Amino acid sequence: MSEIVPAHNIGDYVPMIDGPEKVSGRAKYTADLVAPGMLAGRIFRSPYSHAGILEVDVSEAQRLPGVKAIVTGADCDKTFGVLPIARSEHPLARDRVRYRGEPVAAVAAIDDAAAKEALRRIKLKVRELPAYHTAREALAPDAIALHRRKPGNLERDVLFELGNVEAAFAAADLVREGTYNCAEVCQNQMEMHAAVADYDAVRDRITVHASTQVPYYVHLMLSQILAMDMSRIRVVKPHVGGGFGCRTETLNVELIAALLARKVGGCVRIAVNREETFITHRGRPETDIKLKIGMRKDGRIAGVECECIQRGGAHSGYGVVTILYAGSMLYAIYDLDNVKYVGKRVLTNTPPCGAFRGHGTVDVRFAFESLLDEMAHALGLDPFAVRRANLLRAPTFTQNDLMVSSYGLPECLDWVERESGWHARKDKMPKADGGKNGGVSKGLGMACSHYISGASKPVNWTGEPHATVKIKLDFDGSIVVLSGAADIGQGSTTILAQSVAEVLGLDLARVRVVTGDSEVVPKDNGSYSSRVTFMVGNAAIDAAQNLKAVLVAAAARKLEAKPGEIECLGELYRAGAQDKGLTFGEVVTEALKDTGTITVTGNYSTIPESHGGKKYRGAAIGGTMGYSYSAQVVEVSVDEDTGVVTVDKVWVAHDCGKALNRLTVEGQVQGSVWMGMGQALSEETAYFGGLLLTANMLDYRVPTIQDSPPIDVGIVESIDPHGPFGAKEAGEGSLAAFLPALTNAIADAIGLRFNDLPVTPDRVFAALERRARGKA
Amino acid sequence: MARILQLTLNGRARTDAVPDNVLLLDYLREHVGLTGTKTGCDGGECGACTVLVDDRPRLSCLTLAATVAGRRVDTIESLARDGHLSAVQRGFHEKLGAQCGYCTPGFIMASAGLLRRNPRPTDDDIREALGSNICRCTGYVKIIEAVQHAAALHATGVSP
Repeated sequence: MSEIVPAHNIGDYVPMIDGPEKVSGRAKYTADLVAPGMLAGRIFRSPYSHAGILEVDVSEAQRLPGVKAIVTGADCDKTFGVLPIARSEHPLARDRVRYRGEPVAAVAAIDDAAAKEALRRIKLKVRELPAYHTAREALAPDAIALHRRKPGNLERDVLFELGNVEAAFAAADLVREGTYNCAEVCQNQMEMHAAVADYDAVRDRITVHASTQVPYYVHLMLSQILAMDMSRIRVVKPHVGGGFGCRTETLNVELIAALLARKVGGCVRIAVNREETFITHRGRPETDIKLKIGMRKDGRIAGVECECIQRGGAHSGYGVVTILYAGSMLYAIYDLDNVKYVGKRVLTNTPPCGAFRGHGTVDVRFAFESLLDEMAHALGLDPFAVRRANLLRAPTFTQNDLMVSSYGLPECLDWVERESGWHARKDKMPKADGGKNGGVSKGLGMACSHYISGASKPVNWTGEPHATVKIKLDFDGSIVVLSGAADIGQGSTTILAQSVAEVLGLDLARVRVVTGDSEVVPKDNGSYSSRVTFMVGNAAIDAAQNLKAVLVAAAARKLEAKPGEIECLGELYRAGAQDKGLTFGEVVTEALKDTGTITVTGNYSTIPESHGGKKYRGAAIGGTMGYSYSAQVVEVSVDEDTGVVTVDKVWVAHDCGKALNRLTVEGQVQGSVWMGMGQALSEETAYFGGLLLTANMLDYRVPTIQDSPPIDVGIVESIDPHGPFGAKEAGEGSLAAFLPALTNAIADAIGLRFNDLPVTPDRVFAALERRARGKA
Repeated sequence: MARILQLTLNGRARTDAVPDNVLLLDYLREHVGLTGTKTGCDGGECGACTVLVDDRPRLSCLTLAATVAGRRVDTIESLARDGHLSAVQRGFHEKLGAQCGYCTPGFIMASAGLLRRNPRPTDDDIREALGSNICRCTGYVKIIEAVQHAAALHATGVSP
């Protein structure tokens, strides 16, 4: 007979436990849900960028056969928004529209054709207002305010100076300044937004299924918009086809579906199309950055001055937080003593921006790592040496009071330097010669980035634990984990199962995870800022330990031993090596005798030291329990005849503390690197008079499998003292480094620096032409 | 105008009255109730709706249902045998070719079509066969590994 040992899974390659549903077509996403008598909802959108609403005439649409209900701004005078301090948005515009595509009215009809026909009969009368499609236009002194409470169209200005930047520049050996522009980009997750709202008029209750990352926020905002007690609302998150941040905020889609459902007294599904999904937006803002760095000749950074202007779009959304992240996250990757930051978040007549993977940090990191590379070159230093001259030493607090408990950046640098063959290859990359190499020049570039493992303070501060997980155990011996954590494809459900199984020493097959239904699962703060593995993982461990204590006590009672003498081997509990012990099922039977069905709770709360500082207004933003770190080397080919840049290979090392699941860590890191590649090379929105021109996946150019390189992942495990099993985040931190690593590689290949993104073939070609004509 | 559509859907003969202007995608999802095939765009941009028509990958969002009369149409729901995942399904599950899973049915059907005509594809064959499917999660690295794994499983006798 083989020895019984506890089962382990942490650190293995574990396929996602909900994978079989996804690969078999059984996984239901919101638009897949059908209810008898369900009505089709459609949204009428503003064709104006900025206008005062004089009249929304729905009388003709109302008379159409098949139309069951129409809602307009007159049906709801409440506002919503993710930040309690900035709820500027009505689900349906009242008085004023502020971007082209803003919802004005919505129809519920017996089928989609009838709903579409009704939209054609809605008449909107307006008085047009001056529209501002760029940050500069909106900030002009004579610009009218989009929102009365924000004169000058400045959503938020941030200013801080820590240390003495002027003195630092004066003492530096090299001071250099660069200006950078990063185009607006979209998450463009594969599932288009959808919501199914079902109103029970008899009980005055509503159930809303929504494609969201944060069911809890949807719950809060439904209560606000419907003026309904939260106890009458149920929110369900089915499978969600990606999010990347745009579904962190409650979107107008789910709120409008709810308004329609209540008005019609039934069930309404709104499944918006791809164009509308683009217009709903919540992507990364167009960002202009002016960056100045002072450096000593040994590569040590003396001082940093950064100005960042974000074109935020027509509503507040996450704006305040995004512009604060852009400043605070200058820190916590290198050791900085003198930093000045000026941030301006601007309201414009474009679709509202939001939180996009790497929230607030990506464009500034692009500028920073680009300028470091340029300065290393100017000082004759190796770019790796420059990073190594500025490393932090954990544990430490940064100048802006961010807590750094673990720091694997040095090991990340070592890994990519070694695996890419950096020193052997860097100066020997083939260059265009018209002969053997044709018109193709190759180059290598490197850069670093970092990210938080969840914001330490949730947006809605209630004093509750940051995460709560319940476990139910009953006569059948299956471990049922109940969590509000929203799996949007990142694998959080699998991590929950793994964490609980690991603590109990049980096989994953014993564990089931129930998520996504507010009627059943504990509240969770949601899937954003890479918080779930860290916060919910820790809560799951706590819950499993509490369950284990109950089981150990029961085993001790049955075996007439002390709890401290009980050895838990997963499927076997015994009081000593000679004891044949109790099977797991026998322990469960014993444990149930006292209380019947066992339920235990696990909690996790962040520690105050991680909550950021108070040195400037908003300094809490950036505070986290653990930062992930990433280093990358990118190898490119630049075709000097066409301007086409091809990424040949990426080496990325990511410090995720501890890889709980190597398969999903690799997948997350590859996915984020690749998403950075899209932003760097091809993705950008374009508007004409406020009309979004790139509202499809042909004009919004996402890399295909044909354009995408091999991405080798090195996992660095710094074992964070606070992380679950030592883990930190893995899904965002590697995105940002790709952008500068790419442009640094292009500079290495052809000697030209690209400070504006994306680096499209026409931009490269134009720069090569300018140089050929001696104007570079 | 509706007409009578006869076809073999997932191995079973079917006869339905279908309006002329109904897309194969909407026929599958709304009329038959096979929601495994996904809508990912406004027409021909993303590949999420890929199905096999006589073993060839086809975008069901650009195909009128009426045009598949008399043909064999296979969707993601057809692949499992006796409840067990097919080689391509196992490949995508075991190698994490699927993260959020939304593009996955389209990728799997395009890959199944590839393996039916080319059981031992090179990486370049895979890139070519999946060139019109968009995934936003994986960066495609593990999708290529998934299809290679599926080809290896297929070589041991697992149906594609």
